[in-house]
Amino acid sequence: MKPIRLSILALALAGITSAHAGKTLDTIKQRDQIAVGVSTGVPGFSAADSQGRWTGLDVDIGKAVAAALLGDANKVKWVPLASQQRFTALQSGEVDVLSRNTTVTLTRDASMGLAFTAIAFYDGQGFMVPAKSKVKSAKQLKGATVCVQSGTTSEKNLADFSRTYKLNLKPVVFDKFDAANAAYFAGRCQVYTTDTSGLASVRAKDAKDPKEHLILPELISKEPLGPLVRRGDDEWLAIVRWVVNGLLEAEENGITQANVDQLKADSTDPVVGRLLGKTEDTGKLLGLDRDWLARAIKAVGNYGEIYERNVGEKTPVGLARGKNRLWTDGGLHYALPLR
Amino acid sequence: MRALLWQALALIGLLAGLLWLVHNTQVNMAARGIQSGWDFLGQTAGFDIGEQLIAFDAGDSLARAFLVGLLNTLRVALLGILLCTLLGTLVGLGRLSHNWLLRALCRAYVELFRNVPLLVQLLVWYLLLVEYLPDSAAAWSWRDALFLSKAGLAFPTLVTGAGGWNDWSAWHWQLPALQDFGIEGGGALSPEFIAVTLGLSCYTAAFVAEVVRAGLRSVPHGQIEAAQSVGLSRRQTLRLVTGPLALRVILPPLTNQYLNLTKNSSLAVAIGYPDLVSIANTTLNQTGRAVECIAVIMLVYLALSLLTAALMAVFNRRVALKER
Amino acid sequence: MAVWPMIPARAAPVRQDSWLAWVRRELFGGWLNALTTLALLAWAVSALPGLADWTLWQAVWRPDADACQAARGSGACWGVIAEKQRLILLGRYPTPEHWRPVLASGLLLALVVASGLRRCWNRWLLPAWLLVWAAFFALMAGGFAGLAPVPTERWGGLPLTLMLATLSILLACPLAVLLALGRRSRLPAIRVLCACYVELVRGVPLISVLFMASFLFPLFLPAGTTPDVLLRVLLGIALFAAAYLAETVRAGLQSVPAGQVDAAASIGLGWWQTQRLVVLPQALGAVVPGLMNSFISIFKDSSLITIVSLYELTGSLGLALSGDPVWRPYMIEGYCFITAIYFVVCAAMSRYSLWVERQQAHALTR
Repeated sequence: MKPIRLSILALALAGITSAHAGKTLDTIKQRDQIAVGVSTGVPGFSAADSQGRWTGLDVDIGKAVAAALLGDANKVKWVPLASQQRFTALQSGEVDVLSRNTTVTLTRDASMGLAFTAIAFYDGQGFMVPAKSKVKSAKQLKGATVCVQSGTTSEKNLADFSRTYKLNLKPVVFDKFDAANAAYFAGRCQVYTTDTSGLASVRAKDAKDPKEHLILPELISKEPLGPLVRRGDDEWLAIVRWVVNGLLEAEENGITQANVDQLKADSTDPVVGRLLGKTEDTGKLLGLDRDWLARAIKAVGNYGEIYERNVGEKTPVGLARGKNRLWTDGGLHYALPLR
Repeated sequence: MRALLWQALALIGLLAGLLWLVHNTQVNMAARGIQSGWDFLGQTAGFDIGEQLIAFDAGDSLARAFLVGLLNTLRVALLGILLCTLLGTLVGLGRLSHNWLLRALCRAYVELFRNVPLLVQLLVWYLLLVEYLPDSAAAWSWRDALFLSKAGLAFPTLVTGAGGWNDWSAWHWQLPALQDFGIEGGGALSPEFIAVTLGLSCYTAAFVAEVVRAGLRSVPHGQIEAAQSVGLSRRQTLRLVTGPLALRVILPPLTNQYLNLTKNSSLAVAIGYPDLVSIANTTLNQTGRAVECIAVIMLVYLALSLLTAALMAVFNRRVALKER
Repeated sequence: MAVWPMIPARAAPVRQDSWLAWVRRELFGGWLNALTTLALLAWAVSALPGLADWTLWQAVWRPDADACQAARGSGACWGVIAEKQRLILLGRYPTPEHWRPVLASGLLLALVVASGLRRCWNRWLLPAWLLVWAAFFALMAGGFAGLAPVPTERWGGLPLTLMLATLSILLACPLAVLLALGRRSRLPAIRVLCACYVELVRGVPLISVLFMASFLFPLFLPAGTTPDVLLRVLLGIALFAAAYLAETVRAGLQSVPAGQVDAAASIGLGWWQTQRLVVLPQALGAVVPGLMNSFISIFKDSSLITIVSLYELTGSLGLALSGDPVWRPYMIEGYCFITAIYFVVCAAMSRYSLWVERQQAHALTR
């Protein structure tokens, strides 16, 4: 069993070091490891194989932050959290950052003592029905029973949608993701609802034949997913925010996992030079060294590579880039400039 | 003198401990920006509840959501108490029967249901109901009035006509009928409700059976022999002599079992039945007010326990032997 | 002298102990009895062959998904147990280290069984317990002597159930004795405090205590300390169990005659000595069945930690099967498996309790 961690040292450090230091940052540096809260198994976002190796989009962001801050993408402790524990685990300090396909909302940002860092994935809530039910649109779902997970934005959005279109949808609420899946696939409810990325992931993993299930075209809500940290730790928040933006800027400027070393040595582009620490040291402003972004890109690639590797069209999850393209391609990802 | 010293020390120690906990909690909550207070109960719920005894809409307050949860818990608890008493008494009597097969069967029932955890039993009941019942489209029906399917048991209800409550002639039966998305109309018992009620009843019935058996065996044999010598038949003996005497021994542990059943109904959160714990869980996740939500759960169950204990104490006193 | 006429010989009395007599008495004693027997036999004849068919004759024993799919509906798929047994029994523990939880739980079980045998009740028992607990945690957690470290969130399955049940019982017992003694104390403040604690904890469901342990304990402690979730849950179960055990111990304390306390006082024993040497042995001995009943309850309640996402036996079954679309249809067989495990352990405990009662009855009648 882990010993109880007393952070008297961290508090003392916070007292004597300069204004840049925050409690979380100190704890991480002292522990030499980041505790990242992930889900209990959503393929494409955060899932562990039978050997205990974690892969996914949220996982790659965690690895990028570890590479940037601590120098090694493997200095991460992955803490699987069920939906009901995720916020209290972050609030209590059990994890340092929650990278768990969590929607950024007003309530979560303002009233729970948490702060959002950046949007990693633009999603929306959708519905999945068995193909044989011949439903083609969400507005035809009058009176249907819907399996949904408790305590999520999906539950509230479902209620709003039902009221707006007077569909009288009957929710069957489960506190565990697996239980909600199992009930839908067993036929207890006729519809399943969660973020569309979650629907694709569930269909890929849990359906006996993915073609037997149809994801309806309507998106009934905006679900911007991104990592969350605790309020009050501005330095830590800045690091996570700018790592995510850095990965997007890397894709905008054509830096990939394969060519990052070569570009760092040879590139004459001033933007690339600034990103990779060749001409300017942006890391100093964050409390990191100059190679922070180069290390992150070397560890996991740029945003496009992360997307294609985990949830892209060639993976079982099979999501097109869609809204998650860069702004230059007509999507929503607009990286804040790193300068 | 020393006694006072010990007590004072104990009280001061406990008070100091509690103050330390409260102080820590306040510091932690302030540091993390978590708000506290009971005003969140007035906020709009924002979520629907699948089963409601009173009308509830996503626009109603969280306090009303908790009330719906409480009513759902009471619904399960009361029906469960009724069923488990019936089943438990039958099994308890069966264990004392003269027929060996019946005794062995009842004993097997008691042993099986007592030695397996309740959560496993509830999950198995739910699995059986959801996997092996047919889809709504192919529901088992009885005379087009009752339908049993994965969506639960649909039954006809009596509804008022256009004239409202007073117009007796307009009251009519509303029969359930198969529509696009399942069975509409009439009332329905969801599979979650059926699973929780049956699971709780069968589990508690095993304990009630043992309590009934102990009570019946505690009646002195002399009483039974005296009854037989007066000419009462076996059934009359059971009803007039054994029963009342055994009842006094049965009541206290029976109360305990009823309390256990009420508390065990909180396990419905694992199946998806929207009882009080499930609604509190949802609220905890939606608003982040962990302390208040858990406090609500504990206070309500404490109140229910104390109420049941008080009721049974009154009943007990009325049937207690009045010594002359 | 007169010769008395011999009365005719009477038939020999009917043997009451032959099996035929037993059948006539137990199964066909009266008309209602006979009717019940016939009804039950008819039900057995109609239902049992189908059940035996599904469970045994047409069941698939090999871990072969296609064979199971072919036999679906007519035969059970026990192959799912063969396929997933490691995941169900050991949770997410890393596969190459599986020998460690197996060895650890084997040691723990052996010690628990040994502690129940009268032959082992000597002064080596306490050091043995400490040694086995140290070995258990060392084996499960690792991190030294070449054993790979395994964090507590990977622990699961049967070892976790055994550990939680046993450790929470061991922690709850001393607290229960103190609470029971406190409730019978002459000092009103202590009496009220103990009564309040016991009534409060007995009035709330275990789930709320587990939620409190999982969500609130970190808030109650000073900023920065984050005790392990397993430790928090263990503490929650121990505090809950202590209240129930306290009531049983209190019943035992009430059964000890007041004369015993007077006699102890007359030979000069202080209050603690009286309790330790005279009252508690008699009190605890009198309520062994009640205590064993509570222990069985605590063991069954350990399955509830599934709700706070710790994967003991019930949770690891869900983990093993619900995410796997190939084997998910055979969850019923999985549940039969863990039901059998729970049944065996609980039934063993209740048999042991009956044995202890019989030993006591012997002792009292000597």
